[in-house]
Amino acid sequence: MAADGGEGVTGEVAVLGAGMHPWGKWGRNFVEYGVAAARAALTDARLDWRDIGSIIGADTVRGGYPGYVAGATFAKALGWQGARVASVYAACASGAQAVDAARAQILSGLADVVLVVGADAAPKGFFRPAGGDRPDDPDWLRFRVLGATNPVYFGLYARRRMAIHGDTPEDFAQVKVKNAAMGALNPNARYRKRVTAEEVAASAVVADPLRLLDICATSDGGAAVVLSSLEFARRHGHADPVRIRAVSTVTPRYPNTVLDLPDIATDSAVAVDPPAATFRMSIARAAYEEAGIGPEDLSLAEVYDLSTALELQWYEDLGLCGEGEGVKLLRDGETALGGRIPVNASGGLASFGEAVPAQAIAQVCELAWQLRGDAGDRQVAGARVGISANQGLFGHGSAVIAVR
Amino acid sequence: MVAGWFAGEGDGFRLLGTCCAACASVFFPREDHHCRNPACAGGELAEVPLSRRGRVWSYTDSRYRPPSPYVSDPELSWEPCALIAVELEAERIVVLGQAAPGVTVEDLTVGMEVEVVPGVLHEDAETTWTTWHWRPTGVRA
Repeated sequence: MAADGGEGVTGEVAVLGAGMHPWGKWGRNFVEYGVAAARAALTDARLDWRDIGSIIGADTVRGGYPGYVAGATFAKALGWQGARVASVYAACASGAQAVDAARAQILSGLADVVLVVGADAAPKGFFRPAGGDRPDDPDWLRFRVLGATNPVYFGLYARRRMAIHGDTPEDFAQVKVKNAAMGALNPNARYRKRVTAEEVAASAVVADPLRLLDICATSDGGAAVVLSSLEFARRHGHADPVRIRAVSTVTPRYPNTVLDLPDIATDSAVAVDPPAATFRMSIARAAYEEAGIGPEDLSLAEVYDLSTALELQWYEDLGLCGEGEGVKLLRDGETALGGRIPVNASGGLASFGEAVPAQAIAQVCELAWQLRGDAGDRQVAGARVGISANQGLFGHGSAVIAVR
Repeated sequence: MVAGWFAGEGDGFRLLGTCCAACASVFFPREDHHCRNPACAGGELAEVPLSRRGRVWSYTDSRYRPPSPYVSDPELSWEPCALIAVELEAERIVVLGQAAPGVTVEDLTVGMEVEVVPGVLHEDAETTWTTWHWRPTGVRA
């Protein structure tokens, strides 16, 4: 794909609008959150819902009606107007895959302007698999056979970093301190209070060595973006829009040798040596390659901080620093506001919590606002290039590179 | 529940995987239908016992009761359960499992040697669900 960044590059699409429903535990239906986010994105884009040629939803489970729904549910709530519709499921990467599907429709000429929506009302407590006896489902098996919740995996990664790189729980706490400070500046964040290292250390251990404040919460929330062709953007008075230059949706490569959710074991490397790049590294590399940029070109990054320790891993996987140097980057203040490469200026999942189908779209919203200079008190000065990185259960890569 | 994942008693207890006759890839949990190596045309998948001993890749614990389908007695207070990810050298695979009863995170370090032992996942009046546990070598229950 062409990626020279010049006028008329066929590989780029415009982000005309971004919108969210504030995240929290509101106790309402996911449709409300999605529609509120969609309307906000449409207003931001200065478009009417009836101008939209296609709607793509990131899937959630509709209670009382078994199955995953999204696109048509939001379309009905906004008012049937005959738009093309699709829904995508890719666990936590659903939002990025919805963006990718929208982009494909725009670049192929199937649609000029597409609304992408994701929303959810998360259950309280640990995520758990759907009911029934389902031993053919690895997600069901890890709970049934091992009681291995998501924080168990986060704890394994954290302990491994401590053993290999010498990270400490105090280092992990500083990620929370940083993200909470930025989340306090974000009106859409669920948690808008600064947190101290002492507060992290005083919170209960959930999965050794991680404590409650090291681990992201579950949340309700919604996010939406309006994407279009560059030609459509120009015609509608968006002379210099934020543009999406790359969307990475890669799967892992065999053998995947880093133990990961929801698996009980890794692939064996006995017959084939592991690939040079781990899965998370390959997600970023695919995005860089498609965009024709490298980590040195980034102004900011929104990464998937399911836990504080995992954010440090992403620094290395994105190439923001060398292997094992994540803590140094953090300690030097490079990933805080005002640093060389602010990470999770939105406040991240630490401040938002997980609303699975919405979170990868929410990352793109933050990139759009930052690149437009509309991020208020959490603005990254002079932001020109941003990356989002995320990972969906069962092998769904997810990264988006946006430029201005 | 997970038929064919382990077998044997005492020192003969082993995790069971499968091995591709064409490319020698090993799978745990067992893969009985298709070799997952994309470069492999596919061969018979034969059952193989995995190494009894390995090294701790990482470990953690569950300080809160896991949700269903994990089965635990809600009448009893939750005892934190340690989980260990173990690297098996010969198979070049990492296998996650619960630690043997009484083993806590305080007893563990990354790189230490552990061995697989039979264990009980849960039991009620009618059924005992067996499983595998990892236990530091040299420790006797």
